[in-house]
Amino acid sequence: MSALLRLALSSAWNRRMALSLTLLSIMLSALLLLGVAHIRKDVRDSFSASVSGTDLVVGPRGSGLSLMLYTVFHLGDATQNMEWKSYLHLRDHAAVAWALPLSLGDSHRGFPVLATLPEYFQRFHYGDAQSLRVAAGKPFADVFDVTLGAEVARSLGYKPGDKITLTHGSGSALGAEHADKPFTVSGVLAPSGTPVDRTLFISLAGMEAIHLDWQAGAPMPGLSIPAEFVKKFDLTPKTITGVMIGLKSRAHVFAMQREIADYKDEALMGVMPGVALDQLWQVAQLGEQALLLVSIAVAAVGLAGLVATLLAGLDARRRELAILRSVGAGPRSILALLLCEGMLITVLGTLLGWLVLCLGLTLGGPFLQANYGIVTQAFIPAGDELWLLAGMLLAGLLAALVPALRAYRLSLADGLTPRI
Amino acid sequence: MRAAPPAEPPVIALQALRFAWPGQAQDCLNLPAFALAAGEDLFLHGESGSGKSTLLALLAGVLLPHSGAVRLLGQDWNGLSGAQRDRLRVAHIGFIFQQFNLLPYLSVLDNVLLPCRFSALRRQRAVAAGGSAEQQAHSLLRQLDLAPALWTRRAAELSVGQQQRVAAARALIGQPELLIADEPTSALDATRQAGFLELLRAECAASGAALLFVSHDQRLAAGFSRVLSLSTLNQAARELAA
Repeated sequence: MSALLRLALSSAWNRRMALSLTLLSIMLSALLLLGVAHIRKDVRDSFSASVSGTDLVVGPRGSGLSLMLYTVFHLGDATQNMEWKSYLHLRDHAAVAWALPLSLGDSHRGFPVLATLPEYFQRFHYGDAQSLRVAAGKPFADVFDVTLGAEVARSLGYKPGDKITLTHGSGSALGAEHADKPFTVSGVLAPSGTPVDRTLFISLAGMEAIHLDWQAGAPMPGLSIPAEFVKKFDLTPKTITGVMIGLKSRAHVFAMQREIADYKDEALMGVMPGVALDQLWQVAQLGEQALLLVSIAVAAVGLAGLVATLLAGLDARRRELAILRSVGAGPRSILALLLCEGMLITVLGTLLGWLVLCLGLTLGGPFLQANYGIVTQAFIPAGDELWLLAGMLLAGLLAALVPALRAYRLSLADGLTPRI
Repeated sequence: MRAAPPAEPPVIALQALRFAWPGQAQDCLNLPAFALAAGEDLFLHGESGSGKSTLLALLAGVLLPHSGAVRLLGQDWNGLSGAQRDRLRVAHIGFIFQQFNLLPYLSVLDNVLLPCRFSALRRQRAVAAGGSAEQQAHSLLRQLDLAPALWTRRAAELSVGQQQRVAAARALIGQPELLIADEPTSALDATRQAGFLELLRAECAASGAALLFVSHDQRLAAGFSRVLSLSTLNQAARELAA
């Protein structure tokens, strides 16, 4: 058997030009297949790690998914707000450890602006109970202070001390500039790989201040309140978008959820982030499945290439096979030889694909985290990926069987002298 | 027809052999009797298309006759499975073909050693003769005028004449009882043909192998102890001619 393997190796090496292209296509298929399988796990992990340590997200009654979308991912627009006094009620509830009011609606150059308490930076956790860190400057303190997520600062080139203006509205519904009331960058957060990176943080008072002379989403004609006078007004908000709540004991989460749903003064709901994130993921899963299907199809194409290359090579190798027959290799040895060769290429290609993936993840990991918020881990195949690997090798064996059986028949028919 | 020496069974013997290719009504071979004694050298003359290759395939047990028997060292090919025939063939027969006998990507030495990789018997005999299979390969190559500098070269880098001598060394390693040479000199020029033939006969005699030399070129027959023509041997051809 080892003699056969050495023979297969030397024979394959002799045809290395043709085979290296096949090897390359197998490598790329394996890279794509394992890469998609791996990244999709990391995406999922990163996704469900977008928020942690928060027991309930509270907002006006409606869709739990959209509440998650705008309170955690800062995407979309809230159609309804909740009363400030409902927040006060929640904050002062005996079971509640902390409550963070969230107010959205403005943006800056496409990035969402979130108004909340400075306490947010201590309370908000992501991943494995990691908290946010200020990389430069300090969290917002003054009315016109703004703290930037890492991605915002990086892509727009802002540093502490810079002055920026906010835009009313977000996404497609962009309104006028709050040009009369510029904000000063107080600090920049370290990258977290969560939606926080793409968000600007201001105080609730700041949010209130820039809308003092506004009504129904537009500046009031003839009324303009200069920035230096805003502190004379009561800057407590009347309404907010939602509240993030941490409970003293997680055991009370269902009771609290029930109590919020039964709150008489306003129609509210409490959503458990983990459950809502899982629901959201169900939507994303469709795309993820499609991606996996495509990469399986690519692997099939790669293996079809292997079959084609080996089959096309057989006619030119009939003399080689006849020589092997004349020195005592039976048709079964010929079959084994071709199988060896096919498996050699599949195993080598898959290993190379895996290596390139590991290398890519190591080199590209920081980039992925900074730009897409995907936290990648070192690649050790487990679970589904092991099955995919085994499937790839098995498919390679089956694919190699096609040219191997053809060689078997050829060598039986040709005997010791190939008929060309 | 000369009878084989009675003491040991002939290396190869056939009796009342008939063979036709599928789809042909007429037999292409009809050989009443033929035998080759141990150590004998025989020139078998056959024009191209006379059924030479078919006869060689039948003698080597690659094809089986429709009737009659072919025996290698007394063993009828007919009673054996394909795998058994493969094993018996490599154990007792060495082959040299017209050209392209070698695997181009292996070294000269690895080419010579190929039969020892597939046959335990050939390997044992090579070890018994030379101390190790490699040793016997070395001495065969040396006797066939191939300098040690060539042994590690890839077979494809050798001239055609050198390649045929490497093929001869490979056919002889592990002392097979029979060497079948099918037009081994047709790719060589006339002066080299004679030299190669002489060397081949001498090496066969030295290792005790019977030599079955098949060619369409009757000029090569000189020097063989026995000369036969396939057309006189083959009754089927005569039936056709009649």
